[in-house]
Amino acid sequence: MIDIGLGHYLTLGAIIFTIGIVGIFLNRKNIIVILMSIELILLAVNINLVSFSIFLNDLTGQIFTLFILTVAAAEAAIGLAIIVVYYRNSSTIDVEKIDSLKG
Amino acid sequence: MEISLLFLPLVASITSGFFGKYIGDRASEIITSLFISISAILSLILFYNVIVNHYESNVVISTWINSGSLNVNWSIKVDALSSVMLVVVTLISSLVHIYSIGYMSDDPHKPRFMAYLSLFTFAMLTLVTSDNFLQLFFGWEGVGLCSYFLIGFWFKKDSANAAAIKAFIVNRVGDFGFALGIFLIFYLFGTVNYDEVFQQVPQIISKELSFLGIHLKAIDLICILLFIGAMGKSAQIFLHTWLPDAMEGPTPVSALIHAATMVTAGVFLVVRCSPIFEYSPLTLNIITIIGMTTAFFAATIALVQTDIKKIIAYSTCSQLGYMFFAAGVGAYNVAMFHLFTHAFFKALLFLASGSVIHSFKDEQKINEMGGVYKKLPYTWILMIIGTLALTGFPFLSGFYSKDAIIEFAYLKGNTLGYYAAGIGIFTALLTSVYSWRLIFKTFHGSYNNKKIKIDEMHESPMIMMVPLIVLSIGAIFSGFLFKDLFIGHGGENNFWGESIKFLNPLSTEHPPLWIILITPVIVILSIPISYYLFVKNKKITDDISEANKPLYNFLVNKWYFDELYDAIFIKSSKKIGLFLWRNIDVKIIDRFGPDGIASLIKNLSIKASKFQSGFVYQYAFIMLLGFSALLTFLILK
Repeated sequence: MIDIGLGHYLTLGAIIFTIGIVGIFLNRKNIIVILMSIELILLAVNINLVSFSIFLNDLTGQIFTLFILTVAAAEAAIGLAIIVVYYRNSSTIDVEKIDSLKG
Repeated sequence: MEISLLFLPLVASITSGFFGKYIGDRASEIITSLFISISAILSLILFYNVIVNHYESNVVISTWINSGSLNVNWSIKVDALSSVMLVVVTLISSLVHIYSIGYMSDDPHKPRFMAYLSLFTFAMLTLVTSDNFLQLFFGWEGVGLCSYFLIGFWFKKDSANAAAIKAFIVNRVGDFGFALGIFLIFYLFGTVNYDEVFQQVPQIISKELSFLGIHLKAIDLICILLFIGAMGKSAQIFLHTWLPDAMEGPTPVSALIHAATMVTAGVFLVVRCSPIFEYSPLTLNIITIIGMTTAFFAATIALVQTDIKKIIAYSTCSQLGYMFFAAGVGAYNVAMFHLFTHAFFKALLFLASGSVIHSFKDEQKINEMGGVYKKLPYTWILMIIGTLALTGFPFLSGFYSKDAIIEFAYLKGNTLGYYAAGIGIFTALLTSVYSWRLIFKTFHGSYNNKKIKIDEMHESPMIMMVPLIVLSIGAIFSGFLFKDLFIGHGGENNFWGESIKFLNPLSTEHPPLWIILITPVIVILSIPISYYLFVKNKKITDDISEANKPLYNFLVNKWYFDELYDAIFIKSSKKIGLFLWRNIDVKIIDRFGPDGIASLIKNLSIKASKFQSGFVYQYAFIMLLGFSALLTFLILK
């Protein structure tokens, strides 16, 4: 039985973070997936914070995580709202077609 | 008095030029003519004062430049020399103004014309009344500018514009020399005021300048440079090409600017600077040679020209040559005397020819005229008076001045003097022949104009005739009345005072009788000969020109000066210009300069804009890459 230490938690966080990043880039279909990927990145950060909090025996990290969860919820709400409004205007949320910033 | 004399023309010019639209044609004509006439009366009073009381003054209007040792004033210097010029300029100018009212009656731009004429008068007055070289240069350029305006007055004609530009550019050559001369004067004397310069001249006679290994006496260089300026303005040979072309301007302009006043500015300059020129015998010899060459060459060209104004223009050129060689042999007062008389009879000739042109509805070719002396009796008589005065018919004005020039050249006593006298006599013969040719072709023989019926010919209006009559009085009597004053030698009379300097007093001997008699005899004899040649038996002249075809062509083409300049200067500078434009400018400067930088930035920004794909995930990716790079950098550091 291996002892689960800080390294494992950090590895898990890094994997989730990478999945989130890659999710943003490789996603060619849906803008909601990008939103979900951002959530994943935030979760990865949270895992890091919590694990360091336990490792250092300092509660600040866990309290900070709670704040981040709140902000993430708000962010998700706003992000979805923007997507809804955007869909109403251009009747698509296809990532490939959202390029009005093209120079 | 001096101030109002000088500034009335300026006021008239501004009024007519800027407010002509509001006050109307007639009012601007009256205002300009009236103001210039007042100016003329004032200068006559001044002239009288100078003659009787030896009045001299130098009114300083204001300081112009006061920088270090360069102190220049705007001033009105009145002495014998400038008072003569004042009379010539304002008197001829006022008559030309009045004449223009009639001559320009059909022109839509009368106020502008009058404004230019008045502005010219003002510039000419500042030129002659200056007490330093800088104000002289100001007036010099001012008259050049007005000359440009007036030659190109009919700006819708391409030929007029071309002539105006030609006059301006050819004058630039002379002005360049003149400006260099002024620089050199300031360099050597530390001042440009006449009095101070003239006082210091004897101290620098032996000074030498070396330039590119050539050693020149400073005084010679100054004089030559000043004379180059004079050559440009006074249309001497090599820089004369603008004057005949300047006849594109209205005839009153030709009379005022290109006969009586502006072109004599060069003579005035030489006479004014006589205290400098006297110390440079080399330059005086050059002036003599250039003067007599011009006198002769212009007279030969005038023999074969067919444009009435061009004949008179070449005649002006030739007479200016006389004035220069008079100055060159040291007889500055005689040069001024000829300038004075010439102003009257040449203005008369021009204005009378203007009257002829007016009657012929702007026809200038003498071959298209003829046989109208009964229809234009007054013009005919006035023109004959002008011609007699010009040719030096006994007891008219030209007789006194031109004979005096030839006599003084003879009395100079050296080879150049004899040579100049010989050329002078021969040129007098040519002058007489071409002047009578002009008269006979214009007024006698058969009527050759097909456009206008002879019955429709009529005399010009009164307003054009009155100035002509005044001028003809001047042309008849100015020589007789003023000869003692201007060129009388010895005795109490010292009209010129300090304004002209003679290093060696002029010879007071009497020339041999034959030299006094030869010119009038030739001149009188040439009248019947010309009559025979140009009216009675035209075949002879045709035969002569046919037999000497090359010579005739040489003269008709004005000694090929225009073609020569075209080949040497214009073509080559055009080639250089094209080369610089096509190769240096376009291929090097533009390519690497503005165009190169512009296209570089354009290419870079096209590349940069590729980054802006508009896809959010790419932006995020790049942000991440950047963030990682920064992080790596910080960690590794």
